[in-house]
Amino acid sequence: MNFSELFKLSGLLGKFSPDGKRLASCVQYRLVIRDVNTLQILQLYTCLDQIQYIEWSSDSLFILCAMYKRGIVQVWSLEQPDWHCKIDEGSAGLVASCWSPDGRHILNTTEFHLRITVWSLCTKSVSYIKYPKACQQGIAFTKDGRYMALAERRDCKDFISLFVCSDWQLLRHFDTETQDLFGIEWAPNGCVLAVWDTCLEYKILLYSLDGRLLSTYRAYEWSLGIKSIAWSPSSQFLAIGSYDEKVRILNHVTWKKITEFEHPATITNPKTIVYKEVEKSPSVDAERLSFPPRALASSLFSTQSKYDISQVPVSLQYVKPIADRANPKIGIGMLAFSTDNCFLATRNDNIPNAVWIWDIQKLKLFVVLEQLCAIQSFQWDPRQPRLAICTGNSKVYLWSPAGCVSVQVPMEGDFQILSLCWHSSGDSVALLSKDNFCVCYLEREEVK
Amino acid sequence: MGDWKTVTVPVLSSDSKNIFQYTSEKKMSPPSLNTQVLRLPLPSSKSMHTFFSAFCTEENIEQSISYLNRELTTLGFPSIYAESKGKELNLISVINCMNELLVLQHKNLRAQEEVEMQHLKLGSDMDHLQNCYAKLKEQLELSKREIVGLQERDRQLQSKNRSLHQLLKNEKDEVQKLQNIISSRATQYNHDMKRKEREYNKLKERLHQLVMNKKDKKIAMDVLNYVGRADGKRGAWRTDKTEARNEEEMYKALLNDYEQRQKQLLMENAELKKVLQQMKKEIISLLPPQKQKPKERSEDGPVLSDLEEDTGELNKENMWELSCETVREQLTNSIRKQWRMLKNHVEKLDNQVSRVHSGALNDKDVISREDHELETEKLELEIQQCKEMIKTQQQLLQQQLMSPCDDDTTLLLQDCYLLEERERLQEEWRLFREQKKNFEKERRNFTEAAIRLGLERKAFEEDRGAWLKQQFLSMTTDYKHSENMTTASAFLGSSDQDNRLMNSTSQQRKPHCTLSIPIPAEPCQTSQCISHNSSDAASKKPAGDKKPNQWEESDKEETE
Repeated sequence: MNFSELFKLSGLLGKFSPDGKRLASCVQYRLVIRDVNTLQILQLYTCLDQIQYIEWSSDSLFILCAMYKRGIVQVWSLEQPDWHCKIDEGSAGLVASCWSPDGRHILNTTEFHLRITVWSLCTKSVSYIKYPKACQQGIAFTKDGRYMALAERRDCKDFISLFVCSDWQLLRHFDTETQDLFGIEWAPNGCVLAVWDTCLEYKILLYSLDGRLLSTYRAYEWSLGIKSIAWSPSSQFLAIGSYDEKVRILNHVTWKKITEFEHPATITNPKTIVYKEVEKSPSVDAERLSFPPRALASSLFSTQSKYDISQVPVSLQYVKPIADRANPKIGIGMLAFSTDNCFLATRNDNIPNAVWIWDIQKLKLFVVLEQLCAIQSFQWDPRQPRLAICTGNSKVYLWSPAGCVSVQVPMEGDFQILSLCWHSSGDSVALLSKDNFCVCYLEREEVK
Repeated sequence: MGDWKTVTVPVLSSDSKNIFQYTSEKKMSPPSLNTQVLRLPLPSSKSMHTFFSAFCTEENIEQSISYLNRELTTLGFPSIYAESKGKELNLISVINCMNELLVLQHKNLRAQEEVEMQHLKLGSDMDHLQNCYAKLKEQLELSKREIVGLQERDRQLQSKNRSLHQLLKNEKDEVQKLQNIISSRATQYNHDMKRKEREYNKLKERLHQLVMNKKDKKIAMDVLNYVGRADGKRGAWRTDKTEARNEEEMYKALLNDYEQRQKQLLMENAELKKVLQQMKKEIISLLPPQKQKPKERSEDGPVLSDLEEDTGELNKENMWELSCETVREQLTNSIRKQWRMLKNHVEKLDNQVSRVHSGALNDKDVISREDHELETEKLELEIQQCKEMIKTQQQLLQQQLMSPCDDDTTLLLQDCYLLEERERLQEEWRLFREQKKNFEKERRNFTEAAIRLGLERKAFEEDRGAWLKQQFLSMTTDYKHSENMTTASAFLGSSDQDNRLMNSTSQQRKPHCTLSIPIPAEPCQTSQCISHNSSDAASKKPAGDKKPNQWEESDKEETE
């Protein structure tokens, strides 16, 4: 495992290009493009204002930088550094911006969600989509990039419009039986759209590509409902995490629940492996880790940590949420399937230090990782069942079915990792903190 | 017991003054008729003496005797007089009477003792019973108190229970009320939300109008040059055709997905059916040949036989493909039936085993341990023999393959091997022929090169000869200008030589024509020339050699 040096970053905006050759990062108003292997600066672009959002186009030839305060989107080309494109929304304002799957259209959501403007880089045409819904995930593209689903709201009713991305033709327009649509997400096979309601109502609707309602699922009434959902990569399962600290898995044949995963504060099943992160005293020379990393230069001020296997029954640190506030920190907030469809990683927000890993083949709890600090984010390796976790300190944690390891990033000073991002080949991970980022290169023989 | 009768002794005579009363032993008698009372309940021997003497004195003997006689006769004793009216005493009867009286006295004493004993016993019994009674009374009191206490507790608990029920009911009512409140509030909030949303929509519309009306020059896209489409094609107009095409594509995508899923499900189904069939076969094989089957068959008659036929049909392989309800049901039903039979069989075996453990042996069903061991040994021996046989057969087979044999089968086998070998040989021949061709080509090239070399050499020899001649001539004719001439001629000669070389090279190109052999003998005359020529030849040879080398290499390249 090798670590690169620290580079400046702002806004947690560090992204690998889809073809895996470049890494884009933002420093205030500058956009820096680096080569992935050498991290040399290949190109440097200057934008007009502080960049709030960047996105690579799907063919990795263009990158857009959105500046919401000024309402401007600037697009840069990697082939021709002289090429420039500036989209100014003016008084309409800008709230969100994204690429279309063909990499030639930009969808800007104006302020107050008045409309979505579709700017084309190929032609001079501009399209407007009225009444988009102001929700977290209102636009969803299918994985093959052919269709786009857009949530709309008219006359206090929710609608879904399906567009064909090649010519932006409206394919289907239908209403949904939701009170207040919260999000939409396509299944990876592009044939089923999951639509779920606000957290006041536990309701998830499944629509087919041609607009037919396939099924509705309601687990219970009155209590707070769905917090997060995730499709399995084979579209076989739909995992729904809710505020009652449970994950329910629906199967794609009958769209009925096949199992429920509970997240209690005490783990009693002896077959579950519980890894607990413990601080190692700095004087200990022999690094007794489950898979010892290569010799790293450890700084004086950060302590090493290792994983210990705790004996079941284990009781985890439980944080009682404040009852009066809205959006309580309770329930399953993070949910991710591994790319080989064998594991599901979840985080229960009132046990914020633990990551629960479920074995999907057996539909049982497999491993629980208990960290010292609260989990900030985790992401699966795009090639193999390997999970990278960061908890806001300067360590990165990797888990795979063979074991888990805690690695101290050998940096001077404070480096608090808030987010991470895998490279598409699974060979490297970008670790992002508030002001800096570094890239960690993993070797293939290492943690398998 | 304390009531004693007092016997008042009747007055014997009015005259006697010694009238007394006979009192009891224990108590003082009630006031007597006469004043003179004889006292002492327990008369001592002395007092008895006085007592006895007091009854009969010398004066009233006759009276006392008659009195005694009267008493005795009333008591049933015979008279003490000798005769019925005589005054003489019958001594024998008196003694008998006395004896009788003594006996009576003894008897009475004994009876008294017994009575006293019984009295004591009864007294103690009474005490005992009194104690028991007292204790029982106490216990009764206690249990009564306890009962009262328990009743009290029971009452309290019941009241508590009632109160809890009441509480529960209240809670349930409250919950129901809260739910109603929630639902009503929810509807209220929804209504309010909708109202606010409508207002918000109106604001949005207004804002939208304003934004659009302003015709902000700023809202624009400033692009250096337009980029080509990602897929390289040109944009197309949106027409009905494209719409239809899009719909078609969408439906195609959906259908593909469904077909894939259906394929997967069919595969899974087929596998599961296979597994079920296998299970069925194995279950059937596990079940022992039951003798009761024909009985069952006869009982159930045509129904079972039909089922059996159907199951027989089911076992046919092509039935797997059908997935209609009835076939599926039949398969699962038959498996269930057979599984039940297997379960019964296993249970029976378990019972047998338990019976064996408990000691009750059944000769028919259970094989004794020694027999079992013998059988296993036999089987092991058989296995060993079979293995050895297989080994020997393998060896023989191998031997047969190795050595030639007259058998037809071995010939055939040999033929097969020969065919293989022949093919291999053919392959090798082909390769060999190719190589041969290549070698011939090379050889030809070499010969050509050699011929050319030879020609070159001949030409060179000619030149050399000519040059030598010239030299010789020049040497003989102009001796003075020899140096210059030689130099000039060297240059010239060299130039001539060059020219000749050129000619020779041009001659070389036609190997067939030039074969005018120059004077090969002449060059040996002058050593200088030889050395020169040899050096030239040497310089030429590598040049000449190079060419075949080059050709070799090129040939090599070709072959590679």
